[in-house]
Amino acid sequence: MNIIVPVKLVPDLVEELSIDPAGTALDTAWLRMIVNEFDDHAIEQAILLKEKVGAHVTVISTNIEGVDDLLFTAAAKGADRLIKLTGDLEAGNNNHALAGELARIIREMNPDVILTGVQAHNDLDGSIGPQLAGHLGMPYIGYVAGVDVSGDNVIVRKEYPGGLIGEMQASLPAVFGIQAAEQPPRYVAISKVRQMMKTSNIEEFDLAALDSTGAPVVTRMFQPEVAERASMLSDNPDEAAGQLISLFKELGTL
Amino acid sequence: MVTSAIPRAPTFSEIFSKRLYEIENGERLRTCLQCGSCSGVCPFGYLMDFPPGRMIAGLRADEFELVMETDTVWMCVACYACAQICPSKIPITAGLMTRTKEELLLAGNVPSELQSALENSQRYGNPMGESPRKRADWALGVQPPVTILGRERRPVDVLWFVGDYPSYHPRVQSVTKALARVLNALGISFGILGPEENSDGDTQRLAGERGLFEMLAEKNGRVFSRYQFNKIITSDPHAYNALKNEYPALGISYPVQHYTQFLAEKLDLLKPLLKQEISATVAYHDPCYLGRVNGVFDEPRALLGAIPGIKLIEMAHNHTTSLCCGGGGGGMWLDGFQWEKAHTRLSEWRVREAVDAGANILAVACPYEPPRFEDAAKMTQQAGSLVVKDIVELLAESLG
Repeated sequence: MNIIVPVKLVPDLVEELSIDPAGTALDTAWLRMIVNEFDDHAIEQAILLKEKVGAHVTVISTNIEGVDDLLFTAAAKGADRLIKLTGDLEAGNNNHALAGELARIIREMNPDVILTGVQAHNDLDGSIGPQLAGHLGMPYIGYVAGVDVSGDNVIVRKEYPGGLIGEMQASLPAVFGIQAAEQPPRYVAISKVRQMMKTSNIEEFDLAALDSTGAPVVTRMFQPEVAERASMLSDNPDEAAGQLISLFKELGTL
Repeated sequence: MVTSAIPRAPTFSEIFSKRLYEIENGERLRTCLQCGSCSGVCPFGYLMDFPPGRMIAGLRADEFELVMETDTVWMCVACYACAQICPSKIPITAGLMTRTKEELLLAGNVPSELQSALENSQRYGNPMGESPRKRADWALGVQPPVTILGRERRPVDVLWFVGDYPSYHPRVQSVTKALARVLNALGISFGILGPEENSDGDTQRLAGERGLFEMLAEKNGRVFSRYQFNKIITSDPHAYNALKNEYPALGISYPVQHYTQFLAEKLDLLKPLLKQEISATVAYHDPCYLGRVNGVFDEPRALLGAIPGIKLIEMAHNHTTSLCCGGGGGGMWLDGFQWEKAHTRLSEWRVREAVDAGANILAVACPYEPPRFEDAAKMTQQAGSLVVKDIVELLAESLG
C-alpha cells in the first residue's frame, strides 16, 4: 500500500505572535514553526497502518525552516520517503494554490491512501484535504480517528457529538483528514533522529509558480483589542452592589 | 563423528550485559552478591516487579526481556541510594537503571507525561515547554539589573547557570531572585545566559534520553565558549552534576560549583551581613545530586549554621542516607504515572520526617524541592505549619 502524507509547519503558539509592520501578516522574524498537530497524527496513523498491514509511507512538506527536522523525525518513526517542496512560498502560499500543485505531484506517485491533518490553525481558505481530493477526483472523509484497510476497501471511524462513533467504508484510493491517530504520536529518541539525519535522504521537488488567484486577501491582522463596552465593577462587594443597582435602574430593569 | 558448536545469535540479555560492562565499572555487575540491599533501600523498590537486585538476577538468568516487558523501571528516581549501598559498588543507577530506561525509550515505550517533557526539552530547551525567549524574565525588575551575557558582552567572574525550574517555575523563581540578591550583596561579578541557556539535560539523561542530553550539552557548550568567565555556579544540583561529571566527556570542561559551595567559601564575607535573626528549628534535606552523588554535605549546613537564630537538626535520613524528593530520574515528569502505582509521593514521606524531627523549616538546596515539598506538606496532616525554604532564601531573609 502506498501512503502519502502531506504535512505542514504552522506558527508555534508558545511564542507570543507579533504582527509585521504592514499589518497584514505575522512577523516572521520571531516566528517559530511547529508541525501542525493534526498532521503529526496523520504521520502516526500512516506508521500504524504500515505496522498493521505493511505500507510504503511518503511524507511531503513545503520548504519552511524546520522542515528537515520534521521529515527526519518522521523517518525515525518509520516513514520511508521524505520529500520537501521548494519554490517561491512567500506569495500565494494558500491551500487552494498548494492543493493544485500537491495534486500534480502526488498523482504521479499512484497513492492508495492520502492522510493529512484535518485542519491547521493557519488555514485561511479551507483545509487542504478536500481540495486535494477534488483535484485528484478521489473520495474524502474528514475528522477521521482510526483507519482499517483490507484490500481495496477501507473502514474509517469518526467521532460525532454525544460520544457517537461512525464507521464508514470507502474504496481506495481516497483522501482522509485525520483528527486523531489511533494512538498518540509516538516518541522517538533523539539518537534515532540524528541517525536519520546521517542515513536518510530528503528529496527536493520543485513547485511550479503557485497560482494564488481567488485566494482570500488579508486586509488587516491585529492583536485582540480592548473593547470599550465592558465596564469593570469594584472589588469591594458593597460598592459593586451599589454599582449594580444603579446599572439595573439605568437599564430599566429595576 | 565430529560435532561443532552451532553459532547462535546472542540473546537480548547477553547483548544488554555486554553493553553494561562497557560503561565505567560496569564489569562489577559480575560481582553482584544478590544481597538485595539495593532493592531494600530503593524508595520504590517495594512496588517494582523487578527491583534492581532482581533485574540483575534476570540478566544472569538470560531472562532480561521479562524485565523489559514491565514498566516498573519508570519508578526509578535515579536517587543513587542503590548504588550508594551496594557492597560491590556496582553502578546500578548510572548503568543498569539508566541503560534499561534507554532501551525502553528506544523501543518507544515511554509514559506520555515523560514524553512531553522530553519533546519540550528538545524543542524549547526546557522540559516545561516554556518560551526560550522568556528564560530570563524572572530577572525583570531585579536591582541592580542582572547581566545577560548575550546583551552585555563583558567578562564576568562567575557565569551563573540558572537552570530550568529556577528560570520558569513561579515558586522557584523566588529562590532565584534570592540568590541574585545574595550575590549582589557580596559584590560578585556575575552574568547569566538568559535565552541562550538550555536545560542542562542531566535528568533527561537519567530518564533514558542520552541523545537529548548530548544535544542540550552541545548547545550549552557552544554558548559557554562565546563568553569570558572564570567559573560556573548553579543552584541546581542536577546541572552541577552534569557540568562537573558529564559535560567534560563531551569536551565541555569548566570549573563548576553549587552555590552552597561558592557561598560557603565566602562565609567570612557573608556572615557579618547576616544580621536578621531567624528563630526556627531547621532540618536540612540533602538533595541526591548534591549529597549522595557529589559528596557536598558540609557547605549547606555551614551556611545554615551562620544564620543567627537557626537551630539545625537532622532528620532520620540524612547525609548519604537522605531520601529522594521523588523528582529525579524523570520523576519530576512522571507524577501521575508514579502516583497511580504508589498512591503516595516520596516528598510526603520526607515531609513527615521533617515534622517528626521537630522542624518548623525544611531547608533545601535543589530547585525540584520547594514545589514538591510544599505540595507534600499540603497533603500531610501534621505538616500544616511546615515552611519549605531554599537555603539561599533564608540567607537573603537574614540579610535584612
